[in-house]
Amino acid sequence: MTTDPAGEIAQLEAEATAALESAADLAALDECERAAFRSKRSRFAEMYQKLGSTAPEDRRVIGRLLNELRGRLEEVADARRAKLAAAARVERLAADRLDLTEVLPGHLAGHLHLVTQVREALEDVFVGMGYEIAEGPEVETGWRNFEALNIPEDHPARSPLDTFYVDFGEPWSVLLRPHTSPVQIRLLQRGMLPIYAVVPGRTYRKDTPDSTHLPVFHQIEGLVVDRGVTFADLKGTIDTFVRAIFGEGTRTRLRPAYFPFTEPSAEFEMSCVICGGDGCRTCSGVGWIELGGCGMVHPAVFEATGVDPEEWTGFAFGFGIDRIAIMRHGIADLRVMIENDVRFLGQF
Amino acid sequence: MRVPLSWLRELTPLETRPTDRTEVAALAADLDALGLVVEGVEKVGEGLRDVVLARVLEIAAIAKADKIRRVVVDAGGSEPVEVVCGAWNFDVGDLVVLAPVGAVLPGEFRIEQRRMRGVISNGMLCSGRELRLSEDHEGILVLGRDGGQAGTARPAGPETAARPAGPRTAAGPDAGPELGLPLADYLGAAFEPDVVFDLAIEGNRPDCLCVAGIARDIGARLGLPLRLPEPVVEGGPEPARSYASVEVLAPELCHRLIGKVLLGVTSVASPAVIGRRLTLAGMRPIDSIVDASNYVMLELGQPTHPYDLDRLGGHGLRVRAARPGEEIVTLDGVTRVLGTRPAKSDDSYAGSDCLICDADDRPVGIGGVMGGQSSEITTEASRVLLEVGYFVPLAIARTARRVGLRSEASVRFERGVDPNGMERAALRFCELVIAASRSAGVAPPVVASGLLDAHPVPYAPRRIRVRTERVGALLGIELQDAEIGELLEPLGFVTGLPANTAASGVLQVEMPSFRPDVRREVDVAEEVARRIGYQELPTSQRRSPYVGRLTDLQSLRRRLKRILAGLGAHEAWTMSIVEPRDQARGGVAGPLVTLLNPMVTEESALRGGLLPGLLGALRHNVDHRHPAVRLFEIGDVFALPREPIAGSQEDRELPEEWELVGLLLADFDDDAGAAVNAWRVIADALRLEGAELRPAVRAGLHPARTAEIVACDIVLGVVGEVDPETLLEYDLVHTWAGWLELDLLKLAAAPRRPLVARPVSRFPSSDVDLAFVVADSVPAAAIEAALGQAAGELCESVVLFDIYRGAGVREGSRSLAYRLRFCALERTLTDGEVAELRSQCIAAVERQFQATLRG
Repeated sequence: MTTDPAGEIAQLEAEATAALESAADLAALDECERAAFRSKRSRFAEMYQKLGSTAPEDRRVIGRLLNELRGRLEEVADARRAKLAAAARVERLAADRLDLTEVLPGHLAGHLHLVTQVREALEDVFVGMGYEIAEGPEVETGWRNFEALNIPEDHPARSPLDTFYVDFGEPWSVLLRPHTSPVQIRLLQRGMLPIYAVVPGRTYRKDTPDSTHLPVFHQIEGLVVDRGVTFADLKGTIDTFVRAIFGEGTRTRLRPAYFPFTEPSAEFEMSCVICGGDGCRTCSGVGWIELGGCGMVHPAVFEATGVDPEEWTGFAFGFGIDRIAIMRHGIADLRVMIENDVRFLGQF
Repeated sequence: MRVPLSWLRELTPLETRPTDRTEVAALAADLDALGLVVEGVEKVGEGLRDVVLARVLEIAAIAKADKIRRVVVDAGGSEPVEVVCGAWNFDVGDLVVLAPVGAVLPGEFRIEQRRMRGVISNGMLCSGRELRLSEDHEGILVLGRDGGQAGTARPAGPETAARPAGPRTAAGPDAGPELGLPLADYLGAAFEPDVVFDLAIEGNRPDCLCVAGIARDIGARLGLPLRLPEPVVEGGPEPARSYASVEVLAPELCHRLIGKVLLGVTSVASPAVIGRRLTLAGMRPIDSIVDASNYVMLELGQPTHPYDLDRLGGHGLRVRAARPGEEIVTLDGVTRVLGTRPAKSDDSYAGSDCLICDADDRPVGIGGVMGGQSSEITTEASRVLLEVGYFVPLAIARTARRVGLRSEASVRFERGVDPNGMERAALRFCELVIAASRSAGVAPPVVASGLLDAHPVPYAPRRIRVRTERVGALLGIELQDAEIGELLEPLGFVTGLPANTAASGVLQVEMPSFRPDVRREVDVAEEVARRIGYQELPTSQRRSPYVGRLTDLQSLRRRLKRILAGLGAHEAWTMSIVEPRDQARGGVAGPLVTLLNPMVTEESALRGGLLPGLLGALRHNVDHRHPAVRLFEIGDVFALPREPIAGSQEDRELPEEWELVGLLLADFDDDAGAAVNAWRVIADALRLEGAELRPAVRAGLHPARTAEIVACDIVLGVVGEVDPETLLEYDLVHTWAGWLELDLLKLAAAPRRPLVARPVSRFPSSDVDLAFVVADSVPAAAIEAALGQAAGELCESVVLFDIYRGAGVREGSRSLAYRLRFCALERTLTDGEVAELRSQCIAAVERQFQATLRG
């Protein structure tokens, strides 16, 4: 028995700390703990038992030292335990390693048809401008499709060479609409003025399928009828939606044209989206791309639908949805649109 | 309409030079801005100074070459020139055109020395097309045979076009043209560099189907005067009426017919400039008489027709309606039957055809469309009767369509010629024929004095009142009365104040006789807009007073598309015009709506369903090795109404048309189950309530694996599997494929759970699992419904989680295992309560379905 209990305690602390800190796993750590201070046969326990035979004045001091030692050793053991637990967790998870590039392919979402995507984008622009989206049947009466639109009887569009006629009712009186304009007539007949509407939809013409034509295609038309609507408003509106659809820098221009249902009538063009107006293959070198037709609603159309042309004026415009899709996506042949090949559909 | 710049400049003093690219582009932009859309700008007459006259000295074969020969020509130089040539249409002694090395032909084509089959070629002998003188590319251009004439016949080809009239044609073998002379000098001024504008003229602008009309429009834009030809023809001693007569018996078809008689006419080649212009405008020069008629039409827009007066019975013309079935052989040698209705027609064909007869009433031409063969001008013609008519546009359109003949004349008549321009056209014709004779050195014809004139319907000028303020308001500009007059007068409009009003702000506008398109105030507004320039007019913003939004149906359609895409389906677009046979093959029975005039005989109907189109699309993908796909389409389908359209159905103006949603599931293992689950996703997303599946039989679908989707006794659609036989019909490899079809409108109207929030319990819930052995004939949905009812309000959910057939379960039955979850909003349920509910559920199912609880 040495006479230097403080020295003995220091030595015990050094040895026990070293043992605890080097414990290889949780079991070894438990063993070290027991050996160091938990077991009754540990040196710590021995020293504690010896306190009884120590002089009372020393007993208090040594007792305090021993208690402090136990506290410190417990801290060391806890620290070591936490470290070992973390290491064990890392090891366990590492065993669950997964190569994330070896995952078998699952189901992908389908894609909306290009025409739908373009149509919805166009609709959204006009909804944003406060327009309603109007729709109507694809099979229509000759009256709504031609007469009400001031299209004369001898107009080539009415010929069976250009328009599909349906076997229904009076012969040659019902047809597959060659434009969405009959919906304009429905809107005017509805009698709710003013009108701010666009009409997207499927249309039919007797065009032999080729890279730029299909007998079935899609159009969007606009109709605005209000008090005091002017040609200047038409120009501004075309400019607004073309910039909204094709980008801020796009310019538009109008040139005179002839449509029976509008007067004055115009074709509208936009600066080429590919070259910006410098001239390229897309715009055939002229810097402008023809988009569609427009004009001030002909008073005869108002008269046919019971709207007073003295009180109301309006404009209309129309263009092809499919054409915008092929232009925007660089599609060389329109026929790919109806093949429904998933290798094509899945691209957009 | 092809318009040579030189011709345009003759009628309005444009400063545009054909050789200046920038000036030509500026003129094209001005034409565009007027709505005279420039579809092409063609430079002609280039390179004619680089090529020279040469005479063929020698032609020799080249070893091992059977397509090309060695040709030696004398091009006026000290040495003959040797070239290789692939043409065979010439002989030694012929006068040809040589492009020597260094020459640049139209299209920036530079001639260089080349070696072919070991022979060096020092240039090229040119064809008419290579020089852009004609379309001829069959051989090279031969200007003279054997040192002289271009041939004995009068071919209407490039030789005629390219050969100037006048002294040069008289050149015989002894006084041949100088070899080495640039072709441009040989051809003369008519072949100076020029520009041809190819203009698309809108259907309402017949006045611009001639050079004068275009000159008027462009001149007005550029502030230049219009210089119409003012032909002066000296009349002969005898009046025209002593030689011939004209009469109109059908004023409803022809408002006026005038005639001019030319005596002692010798048909010659037209002067070079006339031939050249006709060629550039796209017409073939024939002879001075036909050319003059065509030239007048292109210049002034008035078609005319020259007759051989001596072949006209009774020396006169009579216009009358054709009798049904009357026949005539037209100039093109085709027999045309008039006055009959074609098999397929509408009422716009009703009405008679306008026939031109001689004074003996024998047909000699279809009025305004084409002349007849019987009185065609021949080279011997010495007395010509020129017919100039105003035919009623609608009648001509009808006749042209009926006989299937659209001529340059009919196009102009059916859109409307200038009723006040007929006399000018007649005189211009005479002037041109006389000029051609003088130019060719033959005696000019004598024009009988006076006019033959049958004028049953005089032209009445159209006048309308135009409100200045209204025109301005339509265009969005401020306008003064005087401005409208200033803008419109150069276009031939006459404006003034109406006689009966003193107020300003209202104008009386008289339309020019050549502008049938201008009828109303708005038409005048368009003219004002065109004159100001669409680009120059102001731009303003007009705001909608409404809040823009999609309708519920449109939102639903968009939502469904995204749900279906989320289920892995691509959106398809299949044709709405289909083969009835294919519809039947895909189970769509109809009655289909058919087309009166299909483009392809087989594709004669409108689709009555979506399945055939989607199966076709699947077929396409299988063919391209993508058999495992899901496709959907949302679109309209059509059917004839099932009830006959009679009596009560009279007000039905259109066949039935409704919008369907179709989903074809053909991924691996896709079957009716996949379709049902797709339906459940939709039903859940839309909060549909009370929709049931009822077994159903539908053509094209599996008879034992198909159900109708019914809500409130309304069939929303159908779900199940495609009939395996239908899959076979489409030659598909799939064993099965799921199918879901919904009626969009009915789906939109189907009852939905209210959007009022239902509280969820915060207390623990208790699950009860129950398995019953039930006969196969009892639908699982019935068990589920019975459980739900018996479990009462404390039941949170009933879920089928297992189905078992096999050992321990009797044949013809299956075990259905359900998990019922119970909970109360305010408390935890006691074991006793749950046990009680369990017993109620078991009792209900056992009692109703003769089911037994599986232990």
